[in-house]
Amino acid sequence: MWSYFIRRIVIGIPTLWAIITVCFFLMRLTPGGPFDSEAPVPPEILTNLRASYHLDDPLWQQYFSYLGNLLHGDFGPSFKYRDFTVTELIAQGFPVSLQNGAAALVLAVVIGVFLGIVAALAQNTRRDYAVSAIAMTGIVIPNFIMGHLLILIFGLWLKDSIFQLPAGGWEDGAFANRILPVVCLALPYVAYIARIARGSMIEALHANYIRTARAKGLPFRTVVLRHALTSAMMPVVTFLGPATAFILTGSMVVETIFQIPGIGRYFVQGALNRDYTLVMGVTILSAALVIFMNIVVDMIYSVLDPHVRYDEAAS
Amino acid sequence: MQSVLDIKNLTVRFATADGEVAAVSDVSLSVGKGECLGIVGESGSGKSQTFMAAMGLLARNGRATGEVMFGYMNLLTAKEQTLNTVRGNKLAMIFQDPMTSLTPHMKVGRQLTEVLVRHCGLNAAAARTAAIEMLGRVRIPEAARRFDMYPHELSGGLRQRVMIAMALLCGPELIIADEPTTALDVTVQAQILALIRSTREEFNTSIILITHDLGVVAGLADRVAVMYAGRIVEIGDVDQIFNAPRHPYTKGLLACTPRLDDPATATLATIPGQPPNLQHLPRGCAYHPRCPYVMDRCRVESPKLLPTGAGQNACFLDDLDVRAAS
Repeated sequence: MWSYFIRRIVIGIPTLWAIITVCFFLMRLTPGGPFDSEAPVPPEILTNLRASYHLDDPLWQQYFSYLGNLLHGDFGPSFKYRDFTVTELIAQGFPVSLQNGAAALVLAVVIGVFLGIVAALAQNTRRDYAVSAIAMTGIVIPNFIMGHLLILIFGLWLKDSIFQLPAGGWEDGAFANRILPVVCLALPYVAYIARIARGSMIEALHANYIRTARAKGLPFRTVVLRHALTSAMMPVVTFLGPATAFILTGSMVVETIFQIPGIGRYFVQGALNRDYTLVMGVTILSAALVIFMNIVVDMIYSVLDPHVRYDEAAS
Repeated sequence: MQSVLDIKNLTVRFATADGEVAAVSDVSLSVGKGECLGIVGESGSGKSQTFMAAMGLLARNGRATGEVMFGYMNLLTAKEQTLNTVRGNKLAMIFQDPMTSLTPHMKVGRQLTEVLVRHCGLNAAAARTAAIEMLGRVRIPEAARRFDMYPHELSGGLRQRVMIAMALLCGPELIIADEPTTALDVTVQAQILALIRSTREEFNTSIILITHDLGVVAGLADRVAVMYAGRIVEIGDVDQIFNAPRHPYTKGLLACTPRLDDPATATLATIPGQPPNLQHLPRGCAYHPRCPYVMDRCRVESPKLLPTGAGQNACFLDDLDVRAAS
């Protein structure tokens, strides 16, 4: 299994290279450049800037020197935040997004799976409809509305009560400051996971082996948790692979609303500013995460479903 | 004979979008200690649902009324918790499709030991020993190795043996086998039937054998109940059912069985018509549209299951016989 794991990571490298290449040339094809701004820069300064960032070199030369730097772990200097390298920006922001994302992910999986099971066991009853309603709400309300709603409720209406929470800011990661953004980040995932878990749980409960387990006189809870849940988790895991990558790299909307110094905002700001190196940096980071999470998902499959085996002997 | 399972006036209804459907109507039967009772019928005759109701395994939309006594427990009214003290313990069931009836992500061994831990209070080590021993007793070669395998690593025949081992773990008084050989190859069928026969002798367990295969019943059962459209139409000793069937449906079923000594050119006998739609059962006897002996009375009145000879039969022809005799 480990040799398979390593093989998959090695295969991931050309994938990542392809993404880097496409992204690099797409960025350069986009009209505008990093030094276009509303107040035009004097031509002499512009020339100097372009020269210092090697923007006047032939494109292929820029591409290969970028790749060369990448191999040394150097993402280059940011075009916009001129005192920082991209590596520094990511090193500052990514841990924050990572912590929030991980917390939101755990919250989403625990609550989502729980709600999904509750709904599946009470299929087509009020309890089921209630869960579906919550899930639909979570999916339908976009997080820029949900974020403001949460601020309105916990920051304003419940002000001076024990439920009061900071409306924004980071305060170096104080617990109270994390609650609202994490909840806001988790809610849509709670909803998706609850819906997926409900569907797959209902399907699992109709399987013949569940009938066998019940005929064995096992308590219903054991039947559900031991015999049904594992198969029911497969679609959830499939969803979680790419979802994890996205949630860990931060949400531009949530981080903007709650003023959190993560890297989510760099996605959009970098693109708007034509900050070539910053966009490349965050793209490579999230692409690598997506590739990695897909490998992790395949690994988890082999744990959940013994049919899936990556041994040499089986292949 | 002391009976192990007593079913009285069992009716099973399913609520469907098109209204209620009675899958089982007013079925009464009992199984004696150590006896093997065969239940024969076409698909949809209610033979499986009768015992799904007894096991508390009806689908959500199913409701059972009547009485199913297992010892002193009425299985129909018992709470799930109480039911779970006998299910898989003294009352076990073997299902039709061994390919899908074992939990795919659990090793075979764990699926056996969890029964022992639950019902017999064994610890993990003792349960392992007992489970491997039972796998050996159902003639699974290399039982200890198979114990640590997943279901998909076993053949269909082996999986059905595992199911039988699972049923036998706690020394059940009654095993309900629902088409245990239907999904298997013919040669494997014979092995599984031989296994069921020998376990019955070895453990003195009562067996209910649900099947549509008359050959299976002939080889194993002491008594046979024939079901049609949710009712028992005839019940009696296996010899009587096979040699002197009374109900026209039983006669029809037997006539349909191909014989090896038939000439190769002989046409297969069939029962004309279709099994009835349970939602629109014909008035009177449910079999009358297909019955070659149909009388006016059969179209309006439903015959009751009454004692005749050594068994019971639900047909108005019996009345004629009685009158003719007197």
